[in-house]
Amino acid sequence: MSRDRDLAIIGVGMHPWGKWGKNFVEYGVIAAREALADAGVDWRDIQFVAGADTMRNGYPGYVAGATFAQALGWQGAQVASSYAACASGVTAMSTARAQILAGMADVAMVIGADTTPKGFLAPNKGERGDDPDWLRFRLLGATNPTYFALYARRRMDLYGATREDFARVKVKNSLHGLENPYARYRRAASIEDVVTSPLVADPLSLLDICATSDGAAAMIVTSMDWAKAHGYDKAIRIRGVSTTTPSYPNTVIEMPNFATDSAAGIATPGATGIGFKDSIALRAYEESGLGPEDLSCAEVYDLSTALELDWYEHIGLCAKGEAENLLRSGATALGGRVPVNPSGGLACFGEAVPAQAIAQICELTWQLRGTAGARQVDGAKVGLSINQGLFGHGSCVIVSQ
Amino acid sequence: MTRVPAIDGWFTADEANPHLLGTRGVTSGSYFFPPSLAVSANPNAPFESREPAELSRTGTLWSYTTNHYSPPEPSVQKAPYTVCAVELVTEKMVVLGPLATGADASRLKVGMQMELVIGPLFTEDGVEHTMYQWAPLTDPQGGVR
Repeated sequence: MSRDRDLAIIGVGMHPWGKWGKNFVEYGVIAAREALADAGVDWRDIQFVAGADTMRNGYPGYVAGATFAQALGWQGAQVASSYAACASGVTAMSTARAQILAGMADVAMVIGADTTPKGFLAPNKGERGDDPDWLRFRLLGATNPTYFALYARRRMDLYGATREDFARVKVKNSLHGLENPYARYRRAASIEDVVTSPLVADPLSLLDICATSDGAAAMIVTSMDWAKAHGYDKAIRIRGVSTTTPSYPNTVIEMPNFATDSAAGIATPGATGIGFKDSIALRAYEESGLGPEDLSCAEVYDLSTALELDWYEHIGLCAKGEAENLLRSGATALGGRVPVNPSGGLACFGEAVPAQAIAQICELTWQLRGTAGARQVDGAKVGLSINQGLFGHGSCVIVSQ
Repeated sequence: MTRVPAIDGWFTADEANPHLLGTRGVTSGSYFFPPSLAVSANPNAPFESREPAELSRTGTLWSYTTNHYSPPEPSVQKAPYTVCAVELVTEKMVVLGPLATGADASRLKVGMQMELVIGPLFTEDGVEHTMYQWAPLTDPQGGVR
């Protein structure tokens, strides 16, 4: 695809992650105003608002785009709200991109915010025997960490990964996030801290698994023509966006399902044969004309330490089974070949679902501008963010200078 | 005590020889489980009819985890409890299920053979609600394969 299908990121902003106990709308407004100030754009000039929904905060959460537009002061913008679980932020962003590339808008805000309860994320209330998310809790007690642990155990038995390998991910990310003003946890962790923390879902312990947090992130995106006409010559570019779903048969068990697809029987003609998570990054690479070798850094969804290792392989940083070696080599730490989660990742933030995928792009924007301070990746030119929302929502974004 | 399945139509009541109740696409040959949820379909045979299919009783352990915190509502499990993911060879699919009541989670290993059994999930008002479970398949010498 030609370069004029890129988008310009002219402003980013966040509300610090934490457990603040306030209404999610307040966080969103602070992030939005920070992004607007960063862009030097007046709210009344935003033509399209793309909100990432939160399911935890009642009706205002379901219509997040309008909720934030009202809180910032109605000004007649066009609006859309998106829900795709953890991938909601990029789904919202892809909606804004479609509007801009279709010529329907020039300047858009993408925004998400969350207030989370303590403890495990749980299904909606009520007896809902036809909802797999309800049934997985009822019949299996399969929490989100249960699924994370199934993947982690697989790495141990297939590739010889150890709990210490997983802990090294937390150690690395805890150092990355030490001086990130938006991070919730800013304390160095040792391997011993991780492996001696209480087991949650064997082999993962408390410090292997990300918390749930309050937080908000927002960005202002424009067409390349608008950015150039208004003097944003050095705006970071969005080069590729993926909101990929699996291709049949998806043979890896995914939240919240009880079973995978069956690989028996006729397959999809022309199917690549690669797994779902590989296909998420592949789409963004294809759109951008870039590859894993071009990456300066990456923000990957470390819901658990072991999942970060899976992502190394899914985004092509190394071959299957080689992620532990890549981590141990230091390549994915600040100062290494391709630092992963320079922000500190979910290990330092905890997850604020609708804001998180947007926050990943905010971090990449700061990295590519060279304004990330103590966690700056030297000479960062290209960045990738990736995550996955349950029920088959892939999300990946590639940005460049 | 009265025993009833915790969910209708997912497994047979034959305790000595239980099967998961799935469906099979008559054109595609693909299997589907659970039967009551439209969470999976073969796009190459979108209009095919499906016939009921009893799934294989045995499979290979794909992964497993023991949970050390009791889960939130509507869960009924109390920690510690173990969840297994078992790959059925004929159906080429992975099915989650609880580890069999009384089985030793410390002896589980990815790749070992597992079989389907029926066990208790919870008891309420004198009625035991049952669920399919995965049990390590023991060899004739009494060890675990």
